[in-house]
This record gives sequence, C-alpha cells and structure tokens, in this order.
Amino acid sequence: MTVLALAIGALLAGACALFVALPFLREPDPVEDRLNEPGALERRALELAEERDRALGALKELEFDHRTGKISDEDYRELIGPLRARVAEALRALEPRAESTEERVRAAG
Amino acid sequence: MPELGRAALALCLGLTLYAVVAGAYAASTRRRRLAASAQNALLAAFASSAAASVVLLAALLRKDFSFTYVAEHTSRQLPTAYTISAFWGCQEGSLLLWLLVLTGFSAAVVALTRRRSPDLIVWVVPVLGLVATFFAFMLVAVSSPFATQVPPADGAGLNPSLQNPYMMIHPPCLYLGYVGLTIPFAFAMGALLARRTDELWIVSTRRWTLFAWTALGIGQLLGAHWAYVEVGWGGYYAWDPVENAALMPWLAATAFLHSVMIQEKRGMLKVWNVLLVILAFCLALFGTFLTRSGVISSIHSFTQSPLGGWFLGFICLVTLGSLALVISRLPLLRSRTRMESLVSREATFLYNNLLLVALCLTILWGVLFPILSEAVHGEQITVSGPYYNFFLRIFGLPLLLLMGIGPLVAWRRASLRSLGRSFIWPAGIALAVGLLLLVFGAGSSWIGLLAYTFSAFVLGSIGYEFARGTRARHALTGGPWLSAFAQLVARNRRRYGGYIVHAAIVLLAIGVAGSSAYDKVREQTLAPGQSMAIGHYGLTYKQLVKRDGPNATEFRALLDVKKNGHSVGTLASGKNSYRAEQQTSNEVGIRSDRLTGEDLFVIADQINPNGTVAFKVLVKPLVNLIWISGVIFLLGSLVTLWPSAAEQRRLATRYRELRAPARA
Repeated sequence: MTVLALAIGALLAGACALFVALPFLREPDPVEDRLNEPGALERRALELAEERDRALGALKELEFDHRTGKISDEDYRELIGPLRARVAEALRALEPRAESTEERVRAAG
Repeated sequence: MPELGRAALALCLGLTLYAVVAGAYAASTRRRRLAASAQNALLAAFASSAAASVVLLAALLRKDFSFTYVAEHTSRQLPTAYTISAFWGCQEGSLLLWLLVLTGFSAAVVALTRRRSPDLIVWVVPVLGLVATFFAFMLVAVSSPFATQVPPADGAGLNPSLQNPYMMIHPPCLYLGYVGLTIPFAFAMGALLARRTDELWIVSTRRWTLFAWTALGIGQLLGAHWAYVEVGWGGYYAWDPVENAALMPWLAATAFLHSVMIQEKRGMLKVWNVLLVILAFCLALFGTFLTRSGVISSIHSFTQSPLGGWFLGFICLVTLGSLALVISRLPLLRSRTRMESLVSREATFLYNNLLLVALCLTILWGVLFPILSEAVHGEQITVSGPYYNFFLRIFGLPLLLLMGIGPLVAWRRASLRSLGRSFIWPAGIALAVGLLLLVFGAGSSWIGLLAYTFSAFVLGSIGYEFARGTRARHALTGGPWLSAFAQLVARNRRRYGGYIVHAAIVLLAIGVAGSSAYDKVREQTLAPGQSMAIGHYGLTYKQLVKRDGPNATEFRALLDVKKNGHSVGTLASGKNSYRAEQQTSNEVGIRSDRLTGEDLFVIADQINPNGTVAFKVLVKPLVNLIWISGVIFLLGSLVTLWPSAAEQRRLATRYRELRAPARA
C-alpha cells in the first residue's frame, strides 16, 4: 500500500511540476516576456469611461424615477440639466482618444 | 494511504508557496511566463488538495481506524451520511475543507479571470496563495488529518448533536461563505498592489461577493434550524460566540454590498469599501480561529488546540499588512465627488453602513470581552443574550426602518414634495398595521409592536416600488402587466433582487419578533395519562416507547395534542442514547401550523425511571417565517446573481474600446 501511495504521490507531484513549468516549456525562448500594463493614458481613459457610464446610468435612473413618480416634475427639471451636462462632458473628454485610435487604425491600414 | 494524503498536502503547500513567491516576483518585475506559471501553481494546488480530500474521504468510508481522525470521529455503527459529514465535523477535516474550497475558488478565479483581467490577476494570485499557504501549513505541520495509530476495534463515534441531516449541508455552506470572502479581499489587495483604483476589482468580484454572502446567510439559517430541531432548548440563536463569528462577516459583507453601489454610481467611498472587504475577510478568519482554537467553550468549537497562536498571528499579519497597504495607497483612493444631500439614496446607504458596522463591532466586542477578561484578570466574564438583544434593538430597528426608506428616496437628492408623495402609501400601511396590532393586543411588547410596524412599512415600500415600477414599464412598452413586471426585474436585477432579499429580512424580523416577544413557555412533570395546557393547546402524555435505532437507543414520550379543544394528532419527544459515543441527545417534538406559522415545541427534559417525564413546552408564534425567509432570501440572491446581458455588454464595450487589457 505504501509503495502504491508513494507511486501515486510521485505521479501527482510530477504532473503538478510539469503543469507549473508549462509556460516555460511552451515558450522556451519568447520574443517578449513582459506583462502588458495599462499606461497612464489608458488608466485615465478608463476613469473617463467609468465616469461616462456612471453619468449615463444616473441619467437613465433619473428618467425612470421620474416616470415612476419617485421624482417630481420640478425636481426632474432641476436635476436633468446638470446630469446631461455631465454626460456631454464625459463623452467630450473621451472623444479625442477615439479619434486618435481611429487615426491609428487607419494609418496601420 | 495516509502517506498519499500527507504527500498531497505537502505538495499543496509547496505549490501555494510557489504561487506566493513566484507570483509576487512576476507581478513586480512584470514577467509574463513566471506569472502564468504561478497561476498554474494555484490550479495544481487545487488538484493536490482534492487528492488529499479523496484520501480522507476514502478512509472515512472504509472506516479505516488506522487514521487517528477516523477512529476519533466515527464508529462502525455510524450511518454513512454522518460518516461523510465527519469530514468537516472536526478540526483537522474542517481545515482540509477550508483548503479544498479555497484552492477550488482560487483555481476558478484564475481560470475565469486570467484572460479578462490579466494585469489584476497577477497580483491577486500571490494574495490567494498566501492565504492558501497558511492553511496548507497548518495541515502539514500543526494539525494533520493523516496522523496514524494502531487501529482500535471500533471508533469513538461522532458527537450526537452533529448526527443530524443539517450537518451535511450547514458547515459546507458556511465554509463557502467564509472562504468566498477571500476572493473580494484578494482582488481588493491585488488592485491596491497594482495601483489600480478603477472599478475593475469590483466588477470582477461582484458575483463572488454575492455568492459568499448568500452562502454565509443560508449557512447561518441552516445552522439556526439545526439548533432549533437538534440542540433542543427551544431556540434557534443563542448569541453563541461561534454563531456570532458567522454573523459578523455577514454583516460586514452586507455593508459592503450596499456601499459598493455608491462607488459604482457616484465614484465615492473607495477607502471605506476596501476597509469593509478587509473587515469581512478578517472576521471570516477570526470566526475560523474561534472555532478551531478552543479559546471559547461552545457547542460548535472543537477542543483546545495548538492552532490558536498561529491563527492569531496570521490574522494580525493580514490586518496590519492590508491596512498598511491601504494607507500607502490613500492618495490614489481619494474620491472626486461628494455627497450632495443628506436626504438621498446614497445617504441612506451610508446610514445603513454605519448601523451595520456598529452592530458588527458591538457583537465583536461581546465576543472578545470574555476572552480579554480571562487573559487579563484570569476570570471569564460572560457576555450573554441581554447585551446582544439590547444592541440588536438599538441598531436593528433603525436598520429595519432604513430598509423601507431607502427604496423610496432618489439618488443624489430628494425634495420634501417627492418624499411626501413616495411615503404616503407605505407610511399609511405601517400606521394602519400598528393601530390594528394595538387593538388586537400586540402592545404587550413595544419592541414587537415597533418591529411589526416597521416591517409593514418596509413591505409597503417594497410593494409600492414594484407596483409603480411595473406601471411605468407598462406605460412605456404596453403589453401584458406580467410581462412589464418581468421586464422590470430583468432590466435591473440587482435593485429588484435586493428588494426581494429585503422582504426576506423583514419576514425574518417578523418571525424573530413573534417567536421571542410573544412566545409562551411552560414546564411540568407528567405521568402517563396526565395533561397540561399552554395557550390554546392541551397535551396529554400517553406513554413512553423505546426502540433500537442503527446506532442509538431511542426513548419517545408520546403526547396527544389538542388545539382549541380539537384533536390535532400525536407528538413524540424524547432522547437518544448513543451506544458508541456513550452520550444522550434531546430529540424534540415539533408541531408546525402551516397557516399561522406557529410551532408547538415539546422537550422531554428528563425521563424518570418511574415513567414520569419532565416536559418543557413552548408555543412560538410565527417562527416558521424565519425558515420561509431563507427560501425568499435565496430567491432574491439568485435574481441579483443572475448575469445581465445588457450590463455584460456595457462593461465589455467599456474595456474593449479603451484597448485596456481587461474585459468584463
């Protein structure tokens, strides 16, 4: 029983070691071994995209709350303007990047 | 094959340690292949912990008493189901279950998110690896389930109170919750280590947190039902330190699930959310420490063990390490937006958070105080029910009220005119219910009256929200009302799933208030043929019967039950005398009224040699609502957990269009 147990244990250990070493065995000499990392620009763009989604979500929520009667017409009129402005601002902030991405894609053919 | 078990655990320790060291090095030096290798190590750690678990399970099923664990916790007569549950019924096995679930979750996280969030997962792996290393080390060096001995003729058996069908599901469910809280913690720490303070870690862990929270909630409710039917004292929650240990992380996670919505919708409370995740995880570890260390005496805790010091050290390491990381990242976590009004949805969430955390810390102090008093003065001062009940009322009643207020208040700010319009129906319903209850005599307990009035308010506000949401949807799309209702829920599963969970909590509150504030208790010793009365019930003790079960001798006192003078059947209540374990257990008799939710609960406290039996009889109004609330809680959680295609598309677009390496 002990020999069998040790054999199964050795097999398990060997399989695990092979699996752990797999990334190195698959690519013994890779061209690039660096992890991708979002740069400062990408991080800022992500923040802006989150801000845009947040503003759009808030706008949708406000519309729905108004429709259900949770928000009165007066409150709706007060809140809708600044929210729309925020959405527009967030979309504008993301626009230049979209253009440059498009340009890059066009340039790459 | 104890050698195979030991080897598998040693291998698991090596793999998790590799995941920590290689993973952290790969993340800090940005090495792609090494990071992938560390991720594979976590996947392999699951395979090795699964192998160790199979060895222990096989030993249990074969009743291989050369394993000390098997000999100490099973016997030849123990039914197969309880032999399986002995896996987690005791210390070493339950630690192995922790490791198995943790490595399983870690493997799932790696498999599901290594492509979606590659830059985040590289930091998550060493954090998960660190927690898994601790548990693997405990199992290898401190408390191994694979210790061997000369096999005895028979085992010592399993604690009788653990020989209950609920023990098949209650501990694994709790473990899914405890261990599940490791995932949001690891992602929060990973995000801080990677200096990513965007929402990716929240998006990646939303369902993990909800799943852990649901499992912890259901696990506690199953535990409460187990205590109710098995422990035989007439209650379901005794503020036992180990029960509290499961409640505390659940409260912290509840606070997090609410406050994280403020971060998602308003970009606020980033520091608070990370702190709540740390608190929930540390409390999950603390709960495990309480059960494993033997520092407190409880029906749930195992014997004094050498694990305590190790656990305490690890909890300190995790707490101090994660707090230091939060402090070092504070400049990144600053929010750009501020709360616009103290009367808004986000403000009610904030108040709810403060109350939940206050309740959680109050319970923590109640658990810690006896331990600290014993450590400092050498004398244990017990903190019992009245302390906890007092604070449950102080924090719980406003929490209940907030559950009704929150849905009625809009995000950002709410004016008095909007509030007036929203509150009129729920407040009217609550007042009417309060007055009716007063008229029908519920004023004997003002806490009960207040709880019921608030509960009516919450149910009124939830019903009103569903009604006006469906009406708005119907006006927008036309079509059948049922379809409008289904669309309403499907388009905002988190909101309406949350309301269903709120309804479950209200039912729980009604059940708890009813069964504790309006219950009746009577104790009486009866000889065969004698009767007693309690409330609208009359009980006549007929006879005592004895029969041999598979591993216990069962004694049952049979009682005829009448309700309002009409016979409603026979109830059996007694004791089991376990042969191998040499212990007895109470086997209570319960008659549930499906219409009113009331229970007649009979305990045969003492069976005397002359045939008389000392009975303790309780009438517990509305107690069954507690168990029904569990089903509704699960339903609400499932609605919330169910993925929304629209949301998935929105998140996928966000990450794809930015060419960021992450996709939701």
